[in-house]
Amino acid sequence: MQTILKVTAAAVLLATGACASKPKPVEDTTPVEEVVTPPAEEVVVIKEDPVVESSIAAGSLEDFRVNVGERVYFDLDQYRLDSDDQAILQRQAAWLASYPNVRVLIAGNCDERGTREYNLALGERRANAVKEYLVSLGVSASRIDTVSYGKERPVVAGSDDQSWALNRNGWTQIVSGATS
Amino acid sequence: MNHRAMNYLRHFLAVLLIAVGLAAPASAQLRVRVDEGNFKPTPIAIPDFQVTGTNSELARQIVEVVRSDLASTGLFDLQNPASFIQKDQTINAEPRFADWKIIRTEGLVVGAFEDLPDGKVAVSFRLWDIYGGELMRINGEPGRRLTTTPENWRRIAHKIADSIYTRLTGEDPYFDTRIVYIAETGPKTDRVKRLAIMDSDGANQQYLTSGRSTVLTPRFSPSAQEITYMSFEGGKPRVYLFNIETGRQELLGNFPGMTFAPRFSRDGQSVLLSQAQRGNTDIYIMNLRTRESSRLTDHPAIDTSPSMSPDGKSVVFNSDRGGSPQLYIMNTDGSQRACPSGGRDVACRITFGKGRYSTPVWSPRGDLIAFTKQEGGKFYIGVIGTDGKGERLLTEAYLDEGPDWSPNGRVIVYFREGRPGAPPQLYSVDLSGRNERRLVTQTDASDPAWSPLLQ
Repeated sequence: MQTILKVTAAAVLLATGACASKPKPVEDTTPVEEVVTPPAEEVVVIKEDPVVESSIAAGSLEDFRVNVGERVYFDLDQYRLDSDDQAILQRQAAWLASYPNVRVLIAGNCDERGTREYNLALGERRANAVKEYLVSLGVSASRIDTVSYGKERPVVAGSDDQSWALNRNGWTQIVSGATS
Repeated sequence: MNHRAMNYLRHFLAVLLIAVGLAAPASAQLRVRVDEGNFKPTPIAIPDFQVTGTNSELARQIVEVVRSDLASTGLFDLQNPASFIQKDQTINAEPRFADWKIIRTEGLVVGAFEDLPDGKVAVSFRLWDIYGGELMRINGEPGRRLTTTPENWRRIAHKIADSIYTRLTGEDPYFDTRIVYIAETGPKTDRVKRLAIMDSDGANQQYLTSGRSTVLTPRFSPSAQEITYMSFEGGKPRVYLFNIETGRQELLGNFPGMTFAPRFSRDGQSVLLSQAQRGNTDIYIMNLRTRESSRLTDHPAIDTSPSMSPDGKSVVFNSDRGGSPQLYIMNTDGSQRACPSGGRDVACRITFGKGRYSTPVWSPRGDLIAFTKQEGGKFYIGVIGTDGKGERLLTEAYLDEGPDWSPNGRVIVYFREGRPGAPPQLYSVDLSGRNERRLVTQTDASDPAWSPLLQ
């Protein structure tokens, strides 16, 4: 899980360009050697390596996680989707168009630096922002449920800027309809 | 000594007595101030109770709880029994005031414990004002006598402590109460959260839910029989009622969106809560008898964490309609009100300090609102007047969140993560901010809420 997320985050960074307007969080809670950002070429190799590609079935949960990207990350106290987030959601919408039986649950998550009830409301705003954007791209609203976990479901346990950035996310989770 | 000298001495003594009386008119009765600026705890002595029967261990435990309750207020300096000079004190005899003055005791509690033939136990006590040299009557009686089954001994102890606290401070009691909270276990990324309950002093900890569903933000009904809280049962955040006696859980209302941030109205007839739908959170009130709900706010901003005033006429809540989370007050009937900052509006902002304010809770006394404040990387628990004046911060930590009031409005319970990554723990602080204490729980703990005084 950890490794997959890492690759996803790296792929997302690559896909959206190195000159992003805001620093995007990278999953790197693992030991020192892992923290070093791999050279761009290496990631390209992973993406283009036919062996790696072939191990992921098209239309599978893995395919969505690795090749599309399941999370968008929000700025502090914000629920606005910037161009990086929109790029990920455009890929999600295209993927969902290809697999029309897939249903998703979008979870809105917040970092721990807010109070519980306000964060439940903010998480709902975030989940809804993601849903509305997908709907605007043609995904049927009936295929999308939303939930807010507030600050109850952090992706990583750390208490630092990097961890908080990772924990402020909209997470598109496939509920059913993916190929196995 | 001749007759003239005797008369002179009598006259002198009379004048002296008057002078002493005039010099200390207010000291006639011991009174413990809870809000004194230059504070020194009042020395009081509670010797072990006299025991009739065989259960001296139970008698000793009761005394320990009484001492511990009173010490926990920070208002009393419980004197060491080893320093007591008078050892033969009985409940019906006047104490030797001089003996207690030597060790500077101001209040003396004398108690007696009896095993009753029917298996119950009885505890009697009296309270003496040492410097006033007199018995302090309680509700017009020389003392109190409480009878119960032995299993209920802790409640007897809390009631005794409540009587003493109330008699000495003039404040309403609060020891014979319970605290509901969320017991937390497991790693931060996969936390198990259970509803839990304990006595106000941390005794009798019990878990009320299994932990299968994450539960949050429990709050007591005014009868102390029910709890309202939020659960992720079935995957969706919704507000539930929980009956403490029966253990029955019941979904509250049939809202299309997620519901959260519940809190009973002061009369217990309604629950205030938030519903979030299509990216917008507003506040609703549901009548528990008719199950009809009505909307209290209708604004594109987040409106949450409602708390009703004791008279039921107003609701304080958290809204980011001004750009950041701040506290607002509205009339329960939705009418416009005169705002302290001028003008009339359906909701008046009351916080204007730097930082973000949330989780407002109206004091049971009606005069203050407790809140969580976030500023400059720290969290604080504070209080502010309902007119937005007199903000005072009582605590500060990496995370201090979720205040709730003792039923007498003198103490606030909340939870704290002392530093980044530290587990959440329960704390209490009195309104002066001087007496901050940890409430020890078996597991990590958050979201504490105080019950009303038990019946």
